[in-house]
Amino acid sequence: MSVLVDEDTRVVVQGITGGEGKFHTEQMLEYGTNVVAGAVPGRGGQEVAGVPVYDTVQQAAREEDANASVVFVPPAFSADACFEALDAKGIDLVVAITEGIPTQDMARVYRKQQETDTHLVGPNCPGVITPGVAKLGILPGNIFSEGNVGLVSRSGTLTYQVVDNLTDRGLGQTTAIGIGGDPIIGTDFIDALELFEADPDTHAVVMCGEIGGEDEEEAARFIGQNMDTPVAGFIAGRTAPPGKRMGHAGAIVSGSGTGTAESKITALENNGVPVGDTPEEVADHIEDLL
Amino acid sequence: MRLHEYQAKQVFADAGVPTPASQLATTVDEAVDAAEEIGYPVAIKAQVHVGGRGKAGGIKLVENKEEAEEAADAILGMDLKGYHVSKVLVEEAVDFVNELYVGVTMDRGEGEPVAMVSTKGGVNIEEVAEENPDAIAREHIDPAFGMHPFQARKVVYEAGVDRDVANDVASVLTTLYQLWDDRDGSDVEVNPLMITSDDEVIAADAVMNIDDDALFRQPEIAEMGEEAAEGDELEQKADEYGFDYVRLDGNVGIIGNGAGLVMTTLDLVDYYGGEPANFLDVGGGAKADRIANALDMVFSDDNVDSVVFNIFGGITRGDEVANGINQALEQFDEIPKPVTVRLAGTNAEEGMEILNEDLVTVEHTLEDAVQRAVEYAKEVEA
Repeated sequence: MSVLVDEDTRVVVQGITGGEGKFHTEQMLEYGTNVVAGAVPGRGGQEVAGVPVYDTVQQAAREEDANASVVFVPPAFSADACFEALDAKGIDLVVAITEGIPTQDMARVYRKQQETDTHLVGPNCPGVITPGVAKLGILPGNIFSEGNVGLVSRSGTLTYQVVDNLTDRGLGQTTAIGIGGDPIIGTDFIDALELFEADPDTHAVVMCGEIGGEDEEEAARFIGQNMDTPVAGFIAGRTAPPGKRMGHAGAIVSGSGTGTAESKITALENNGVPVGDTPEEVADHIEDLL
Repeated sequence: MRLHEYQAKQVFADAGVPTPASQLATTVDEAVDAAEEIGYPVAIKAQVHVGGRGKAGGIKLVENKEEAEEAADAILGMDLKGYHVSKVLVEEAVDFVNELYVGVTMDRGEGEPVAMVSTKGGVNIEEVAEENPDAIAREHIDPAFGMHPFQARKVVYEAGVDRDVANDVASVLTTLYQLWDDRDGSDVEVNPLMITSDDEVIAADAVMNIDDDALFRQPEIAEMGEEAAEGDELEQKADEYGFDYVRLDGNVGIIGNGAGLVMTTLDLVDYYGGEPANFLDVGGGAKADRIANALDMVFSDDNVDSVVFNIFGGITRGDEVANGINQALEQFDEIPKPVTVRLAGTNAEEGMEILNEDLVTVEHTLEDAVQRAVEYAKEVEA
């Protein structure tokens, strides 16, 4: 078992003809992912890495039974690509890799997503991987291994770091979800934690957060109240100088002292989640919890 | 990206928000001429991105020519919390009876914009939000519809604004939302929005922060941003190179990819007893020349005694990074500061083969690389 991605996942890559789209399609195929189509307007009928390209996502879903989309489209056109994937019948998972999408565009995409049953992961994320089965995105497959640890993270490269430490100890993963570092994202910590809680094969979860916003604090409360599966945490940004990244906007809206590493670590620990000082220590905690 | 007050006011005024008469000045003579033309009393305001400008001596109210000359002379060229003042705004002083706060920002938790109004204007609004959150009325806006006129009225009345000026305040708020929407704002606010004894509504300050990711479709704002650029030399250089960069006080220079991993590298430098000199994220998919630029940045920081590269490749490829490091270091007869490199992930093996170990120290784990870089920094110190 796994979450979001399994043997039946059939992928359409939006932006497959671009440099990154092509490179990572090849990498996904090499990992064993069922990439069944590409979608690029005006490029229908071509092939990339042996994968047929369609002009629209809907055609790809209809002709190739694609049920998941990965978005590698440049920032200026990404929101439209997400709308297209959310609109396409048959697509129930959209993974947006693109970094640098204007926040207001994402607010509109997020609103559209709320009206559908489609999962949206990202943007500005590394993607989703179910080790040994498939990866959707840019995660380096070779560091992952099959096992019983679920992982959810706001940062791509920090995910790789923690996974590397887990795999080194023989602690494999059910699924790893990079939810993305943007202010507005589709799947958040709580959504991912809910999926892992419902998955019988996930015996422990790693949650990697970072300073800014208050998603980690909310997730900590969710874990305390709703989860039986044990969780270990890591929070990046303990040494980040105050005020440099923390928007004045978030402070006004929340009206409280949340958003610091300290606040997040305290919230997690108060809800029974051990937090590692180093990525290595996170693996120690998971070993203890299993 | 943040506009200066004078730029934001111009944008607001062009959109129909009432603002006081004002002129920008870069010399004492210009400032005095402006004051004479506008008529006393006037406020002379330093144009720098510093909170609490007034308290720090960056805003002075003057009644006549002598005072104007004295104030302009004191403020122009002053160092305001580390920022050099090269421009002042000379502005008509408004006689007010009330001060409001009016603003639009993105509520990242809700994924929606929120319009805010408070009758506790004229003070630091973050403090109001902290101490008395109920004093700020909030209305979330559906980004697909935009702000309905009733929502502007609703939030204005919820805030307890006087009926006599409510329509005018709602109209300012509606304009701010339009600007936020049209110009890809992250925060657009007026604090204070002054109410005069004649029930006139005037924007006495203006904040306009723009989403950096949207600058590609906001050419006019991007141009103003270049004019507004300030900060230390290295931070400006980072802007030119397009790096996310924050300068700190330590001596271990840090280069990595991905905000979370770079922050973690900083945290580990601290954890192992060193002091981080900077945060530098080269971003996803960095190519060789970008890596060379990053190294150039960190080398040009005099505080740096040792550099650690921590790259975990997903979209970034280890071979590209290695080529960039070699390319940057080969141009030196002597490596200016010891460089420790840790590569993992996509094409890391190829990268480690490419790296010239005469020029860098290669470590295989994050913990080892950080500890090595901290050791080097301590050796240089000692």
